Amino acid sequence: MAISKIWVFAEADNGKVATVTLELLTAARATGATVEAFIAGDGAAVAAELGAFGASKVYATGDVGGALTSIPAASAMAALVSGGNVPDAILLSQSYEGRDTAGRLSVKLDKTVLTNAVGFAVEGDNLVVEHAVFGGAKTLKATFTAGGPFLVMVRPKSFVAESSGGGAAGVEVVAVPDAGATGGATITSRHAEERTGPSLDEAAVVVSGGRGLGEAAKYQMIEDLAKLLKGAPGASRAIVDAGWVPYSYQVGQTGKTVKPAVYIAAGISGATQHMVGMKGAKTIIAINKDKEAPIFGIADLGIVGDVHKVLPKLIAALQAR
Amino acid sequence: MSLNVAVCVKQIPDPATPGSLSPADHTLVREGKLILDDSDAYGVEMALRLVEAAGGGEVTLVSMAPNSEQSGLRTGLAMGAHKAILVSDPVLKGSDALGTAKVLAAAIKRVNADLVITATESTDGYTGTTPVQIAELMGLPSVTFAKKLTVNGSSLSVDRQTEAGYDEVTTTLPALVSVTAGVVEVRYPSFKGIMAAKGKPLEELTVAALGLDPSAVGWAGSGQQVVSVTDSEARQSGEVIEDDGESHHRIVAFLDQLKVL
Repeated sequence: MAISKIWVFAEADNGKVATVTLELLTAARATGATVEAFIAGDGAAVAAELGAFGASKVYATGDVGGALTSIPAASAMAALVSGGNVPDAILLSQSYEGRDTAGRLSVKLDKTVLTNAVGFAVEGDNLVVEHAVFGGAKTLKATFTAGGPFLVMVRPKSFVAESSGGGAAGVEVVAVPDAGATGGATITSRHAEERTGPSLDEAAVVVSGGRGLGEAAKYQMIEDLAKLLKGAPGASRAIVDAGWVPYSYQVGQTGKTVKPAVYIAAGISGATQHMVGMKGAKTIIAINKDKEAPIFGIADLGIVGDVHKVLPKLIAALQAR
Repeated sequence: MSLNVAVCVKQIPDPATPGSLSPADHTLVREGKLILDDSDAYGVEMALRLVEAAGGGEVTLVSMAPNSEQSGLRTGLAMGAHKAILVSDPVLKGSDALGTAKVLAAAIKRVNADLVITATESTDGYTGTTPVQIAELMGLPSVTFAKKLTVNGSSLSVDRQTEAGYDEVTTTLPALVSVTAGVVEVRYPSFKGIMAAKGKPLEELTVAALGLDPSAVGWAGSGQQVVSVTDSEARQSGEVIEDDGESHHRIVAFLDQLKVL
């Protein structure tokens, strides 16, 4: 039977399809299977873009109001499957909505989810899914032991999105079963954080700070430097845990994966937790006072020095240009 | 009013020591002393504060661990949690996230919890799916990635992290919430707390005692299998220089060369 049909759980914001969704469609297409998308929302608004990246059809719930996306998404997908429309695999993103949807769906279908995937390949009737473990030092491959649908959650930036030049996907509106008590949560208001520069995901330059900054107030240096380089500020888990910056700044295994042209790590030792999220950067510059810090093992330029001395001079030098 | 909160906690090998995989079965080596996952300390703290604010109720820790490991649970009890349930059973080895969720959900059902709190993901396994799997198994609403939460009688208000910023979400209780790191400042256990923890109830259960089918958990119930573990292509390090007070010029020159200025 091989892998003949793959669904991609699509995410979009105001009709703009998320980059990671386009990455998943590109990867799904490479298997040669029929690729279909599913969205908890308006299908017509995204049909052209999903089609241009290889989806022949998009199953859409229509407007879900204040519901958390995962509730209608998982119940509608499970209903399709129990109605006999069974894909061989369902790809989701390792994102806020992807994780919730995968968790709900996994229980409804009683299927395992392979998470944090960075690649996959078809092998016979199965998928072999690739994971970067121990900070990316090792590659682990895992496969499924029971039949599909195989649920795979993929880390953003694992694939490069490429258009297929396809026409708009056909829209099929699907029913959303009543969620009962699980639907008890409602979004009452949405807040977009003000952002002056590029997002952490998209920035060509990322400047991250860690414990070596010493105190929360010193994070300002990271923001100043990021701004001067038209980049985005990021953070290690240590200072997010300490409450210096919000979780959304976190780069690493439990945060975001970034692949900028230049990554500057300031006061970050390079715990495996952090490295897995940034080792895909094209060029890495590290500043740390401990010359034994693991970050120097992957840096293209390493400065053994005190961030409190180096950063102010670097900022002043860039301001003077 | 009172509020009963169950907090899922994981006892993990110290993340400061490099992890390894068993060559025999590719599971994480979890020998020696395990500690309370730092990510879970925020949930324990949040639970304690919510119960204090409610003016009554209990915080129950729920954990699944090999070899009757208790040290991480004792840390949570020392922080102030009232009691703990530990599921430890050799048949659990090899459990995937779904199997783990089945065990934790069955254990939580023994507590009359108004609220279940978890971390967003564990530090060692980090699949990030277990919290919502527990909620689905228990038929509860869930709000993940909470940055802030407040209980108002029979409902709960949560600020939930999103790609764009955050959403304000209101949910009925009972519910499950996963909290992000840094959501609250975690207290250190006091000496008094550490002493008191030794006498707090810790119930240890087997899979059979939970009424679960052993074939649904552990290796038997796992839907996944590791086929290989290999070294990744190593990234080469470049030039490393000591700061002599002028190293910022070297960085500027390097950035120039990379054409990012």
